Formats: sequence, C-alpha cells, structure tokens
Amino acid sequence: MTPDLLARLEQARAAGRPVVLATRLPSGEQILLPGDGDASAGLATAAEAALQADRSQTVEADGAQWFLHAYNPPLRLVVVGAVHIAQALVPMAAGLGYGVMVADPRRAFATDERFPGVTVSTDWPDEAMDALRPDSRTAIVTLTHDPKLDDPALDRALRSRAFYVGALGSRKTHAARLGRLRELGHGDAALARIRGPVGLDIGAVTAPEIALSILAQIVAVRRGAALVG
Amino acid sequence: MTEAEDVLGTAAAWSKAGEQVAIATVTETWGSSPRPPGSQMAVTASGRMAGSVSGGCIEGAVADAAKRTMETGAPQLLDFGVTNERAWEVGLACGGKLKVFVERLG
Repeated sequence: MTPDLLARLEQARAAGRPVVLATRLPSGEQILLPGDGDASAGLATAAEAALQADRSQTVEADGAQWFLHAYNPPLRLVVVGAVHIAQALVPMAAGLGYGVMVADPRRAFATDERFPGVTVSTDWPDEAMDALRPDSRTAIVTLTHDPKLDDPALDRALRSRAFYVGALGSRKTHAARLGRLRELGHGDAALARIRGPVGLDIGAVTAPEIALSILAQIVAVRRGAALVG
Repeated sequence: MTEAEDVLGTAAAWSKAGEQVAIATVTETWGSSPRPPGSQMAVTASGRMAGSVSGGCIEGAVADAAKRTMETGAPQLLDFGVTNERAWEVGLACGGKLKVFVERLG
C-alpha cells in the first residue's frame, strides 16, 4: 500500500466516511472507492454492495479478481442513563469496537469523572437522540428506570432505524412502559422491537454482569444468532 | 474501533514511527476458517506482531512470507488449506481453506 493511499484511507476513517479499499489480486494494484475516478462501473457497484452488507470479499470485475475491503465507521451505542450499569457497559462496549455515547440530563450522574473520555450529553433524552441521529448501525439502551427519561428516548428510538433497542426494567415495569409508549402512538410491531427486560438471561447480578448480558444480546442481534428469541 | 481490531491503525502508527511494516489480509475463505475476509495481521521487520488471520495455525508462515515481502517489496497471495502441500507444513486443524494477501506498507 502506498503512503498516499494509506493516508487517504486513514483520513476517510478518521472522518467516519465509509470507504472500500479495492486490491487487484494477485498484482496488488489498489484504489479507494468511492472517490478514485478510474474504477469501472461494475467495481464501483460491487464496492457499494460490500459497504451495504458490511462484508469484505473477493469479487470478479472486469475479468480480474478484486478484494474489496469494506471500512464502515464503527457501530454506535447510545446509553441513556449515566448510571452504575452504564459505567460498566461503556468501557466493555468500547472494547467491542462501538463508538459509545451517554445521555443523561442529571448532571450529578453525567460527570466526566464517572465517564472519562466518553461523549456525554446532558440534554433531555429526546433532544439528545435527535442530535445523535441513530441509524441502522446504532444500538440504543435505556437504563434510567425513570419513565420521564427513558420514555422520550424510547419514543425516538422506535422512530429510528436502530438495529437494537433495549430497556432496563422488570417484566412488570416493561409492561407498564409498553402501555405508555402505546399511548404515544406506537403499535405492536414497533413495541416488539424493544428488548425488555434487557439482556440475555445469564442470571446477571452485578453491574458488569448485566453489562455483559446486554452486550451479548446486542452482538447476537447484530450477528443474527439463533439464540435471539 | 479498538486496538485489538484496528490492525491497520496499529500498522500505520508503527510505520510512522519508522518501522518497516507488512500487512496480511484474509481475502477469501472456504469451510470452517476461523477468521472472515478482511481480518488482518501486521508484522514489522523488528518482529512486532498485531492481529491475526487464523486461529493461530498459519500466523508463523504468514510472518515468514511478510518478511520476504518487506525485503523485496513484492506482494504475495498465499493459499492455505488441505488441498495445498503447505497444509502439511503449517496445518489448518479446522480443515478450512483461505487466501491471504501480503503487502508492504508505505
């Protein structure tokens, strides 16, 4: 890889811009897509498909073999509630490669000391969600236990294409929550997107164990694992 | 992306620090290969290593090939698997097959 190409690839990644590094095999000639104008239409289309599917693969284009390395920006995790479980969840999610954001208007919870180096929003959760613009590569977890904070976040989450929406709370709490969200106009299909009680049932007790159960569920949903009910 | 998975970022940092670096990338797999296409390993001439292209079965052989690529500058497309004679040398216990592209960085 030439220094110029590496610099352009690193630049795209730093800017969160999805790109494909296309390598002709076995000669090793490389271009960056989209951007480099000399790519054929077939190769450009295949690169776009690789980004869409988030899958790197070798394809046949213009009678040659090309390896398409898809570099999508990191998946995101939005945590609503700067609570104890969030303190365990945030570093674990970062370790899995997620870009993590925390939203909690309660400034006693949302402090830099409790969440060093993390993007923390103290806006009201619906405003925080509007600013963060969750997309199909975003997971959202609400942890506050407080309907006036969780509900507006979940309302926005259900209006987004987030691939995972989870809400902490017991079955009873969850049933009541669904009733309130129904009054906000959400139907059965939307409500069924919420994983509640949140996390895989691994008998988690401590904050790190609950964080692990939540992340295991997020990974399972993301990867389409069979254990997801 | 974390350091554990951002092999390219690690390799770029090594390169900036003056190291000679080669990158190996899984380009294709068949059967039960443990790491998907796009998985990477970086190697330096000084012997540093990051990432992986298998479950540990072929990293030694890939590192050797990377040393040659660092010396010559010529990229290589390596084949590993049961149909390849090299399989008897380095072995893929899982029975999978894969191709690995090795290139010099910078």
